[in-house]
Amino acid sequence: MSKEPKTLLDKIWDRHVVHQEPGQPAILYIDCHLVHEVTSAQAFEGLRLAGRKVRRPNLTYATVDHNVPTWDRSLPITDAISKLQIDTLGKNCKEFEIQLFGLDSPNQGIVHVIGPELGITQPGKTLVCGDSHTSTHGAFGTLAFGVGTSEVEHVLATQCLLQSKPRSLQIQVQGQLPTGVTAKDVILYIIRTIGTDGGTGCVIEYTGDTIGRFTMEERMTVCNMSIEAGARAGMIAPDETTYAYVEGRSYAPQGKEFQDAVDYWKTLPSDPDASFDRTVEVEVSSLAPQVSWGTNPGMVTDVTGTVPDPESFADETSRRAARSALEYMGLQPGLPITEIKLDRVFIGSCTNARIEDLRAAARMIQGRKVSSSLQAMVVPGSQQVKRQAEKEGLDRIFTEAGFDWRESGCSMCLGMNPDILSPGQHCASTSNRNFEGRQGRGGRTHLVSPAMAAVAAIEGHFTDIRQWSDN
Amino acid sequence: MEPFVKIKGLVATLDRVNVDTDQIIPKQFLKRIEKTGYGQFLFFDWRLNEDGSPNPDFELNAPQFKGASILLTRDNFGCGSSREHAPWALLDYGFHSILAPSFADIFYNNCFKNGMLPVQLPQDQISDLFEWVGANPGAQLTVDLESQTLSGDSLEYPFEVDPFRRDCLLKGLNDIDLTLQYEEQIREYESKNG
Ligand code: SF4
Repeated sequence: MSKEPKTLLDKIWDRHVVHQEPGQPAILYIDCHLVHEVTSAQAFEGLRLAGRKVRRPNLTYATVDHNVPTWDRSLPITDAISKLQIDTLGKNCKEFEIQLFGLDSPNQGIVHVIGPELGITQPGKTLVCGDSHTSTHGAFGTLAFGVGTSEVEHVLATQCLLQSKPRSLQIQVQGQLPTGVTAKDVILYIIRTIGTDGGTGCVIEYTGDTIGRFTMEERMTVCNMSIEAGARAGMIAPDETTYAYVEGRSYAPQGKEFQDAVDYWKTLPSDPDASFDRTVEVEVSSLAPQVSWGTNPGMVTDVTGTVPDPESFADETSRRAARSALEYMGLQPGLPITEIKLDRVFIGSCTNARIEDLRAAARMIQGRKVSSSLQAMVVPGSQQVKRQAEKEGLDRIFTEAGFDWRESGCSMCLGMNPDILSPGQHCASTSNRNFEGRQGRGGRTHLVSPAMAAVAAIEGHFTDIRQWSDN
Repeated sequence: MEPFVKIKGLVATLDRVNVDTDQIIPKQFLKRIEKTGYGQFLFFDWRLNEDGSPNPDFELNAPQFKGASILLTRDNFGCGSSREHAPWALLDYGFHSILAPSFADIFYNNCFKNGMLPVQLPQDQISDLFEWVGANPGAQLTVDLESQTLSGDSLEYPFEVDPFRRDCLLKGLNDIDLTLQYEEQIREYESKNG
């Protein structure tokens, strides 16, 4: 038998091809399907109309996150349409016998936070969800990607997807990060470098010593934003850090089965001589904290930088895009990033609302007060994260500083629930998208790390936390 | 699914790069549980002013684009969120084909599931088309999937599309039915892999 060197992607892909006709996409088996309220109702309706069942209800898990209010859970949901969507998911899960982590569940949370924390996300598996940030789960060496509602229905009905194999892009991240510079800064810098379509048609595998030192939370932050570079998925080879994180979680294999699983997971990393369609190298040992200034996640600069001059861009299309971004953002070229006046701070989302993110933010603000010029809120990624944070007293650090401490959900990451920006407000946000209107019509989002957001809340503006933490 | 074979229609232009699905259909309209009726919300924040009146500065509101069924735009169209509400809204508004130099993956994929044809063309042809539309107000283009050509007065461009996707679209085939033809293979896979 010939031993062709394979990438992590090749190995998982090959193992999951159920069948492939020449000239057609592969029928790929899906090990795990996560479902949330916003992109599933029409899929379940499709099943009902066709008289179909969910093929593997036990491989399907649901939660509510996008739409849910983050205030007191004992209060009724005031938005009737949101409530209908949430109730519809409840009914669908009941009818199709799918496990739901609903509003009253101790395990409710953002779908990309709860998958990993429950041990549902595991190396070597294929995982999909009707949500683009499904790329998050790739941090475990899982092939995980977002799909549309038609494909949600397809997976519910067949537990498979028709897929053409994506190209592979290796991003090698090298160097010891300076204190105060985080995984979020790394991924923002990567998108800034390769562009918001730099990964189109590709699955990214992140490699290199920086990635190897990252915790699972940090790896999830990186993989989460792969989609912002246009990639189908982002992946990181599983290692001891991965096994240690998965071990003991409720839905992870236990005992002997766990050992067997680890033996398999050890075979997954890309072979040393495996080839990628493309490789990009990134050096991060002198990276500065990153801040987005525009209306897509590639419009990013150093915290020590200034708002760029649109005329400095190479071609007319980019110049026009930058001009319209600055107009929307209400920013002048040349303005130092540290002088952007902030009105809101949001710490949350599937990018940065895990326990480590909250710890990092809390560390910065302990004993300090939120600037009187702005409003700040923390929305934990899940009920589990929230409980853990409360156990560690982080909630008190936040509330004593003047932050709002909320229930878990997507919240102001996309503003589908009542948490939104007012027109013209600038927000330092730990989320992943700074698109126009994303956090509320006319709202102006600046993407940053949790530590940067926390310090911005104290100072009222962005600050180079590499210096600040020395004070 | 409705098949897509050929359409002839007016072309509207949207001269912007990186148009994301949050712009195509803003989140406040994702709470509905139907697949229909999203056209009225297409490009909502761009198309309409705060008070609900049409924004005269937004390209698609130009009178010459009324009734257009083809949308001509720039790079990385449909990036961001996976929401299939984006093609639902475009289709419901009247667009059956989108022409761009590149598309975001999930959006591109979602179009085909809804009988809509995204056509990828080289950068210079897209630029020429922008000029052509500007110079020929009211002129129509034909998008022919059968022959894989885009044609109009004095112009004709061939385009590429994956043969499998083309076939499904031409026949209006549903992916689930296709996959279920391989029920036996799926069962076999499941019995081997647990
Ligand atoms: S937190 Fe934001 S990006 Fe993540 S799943 Fe929710 S809405 Fe999507």
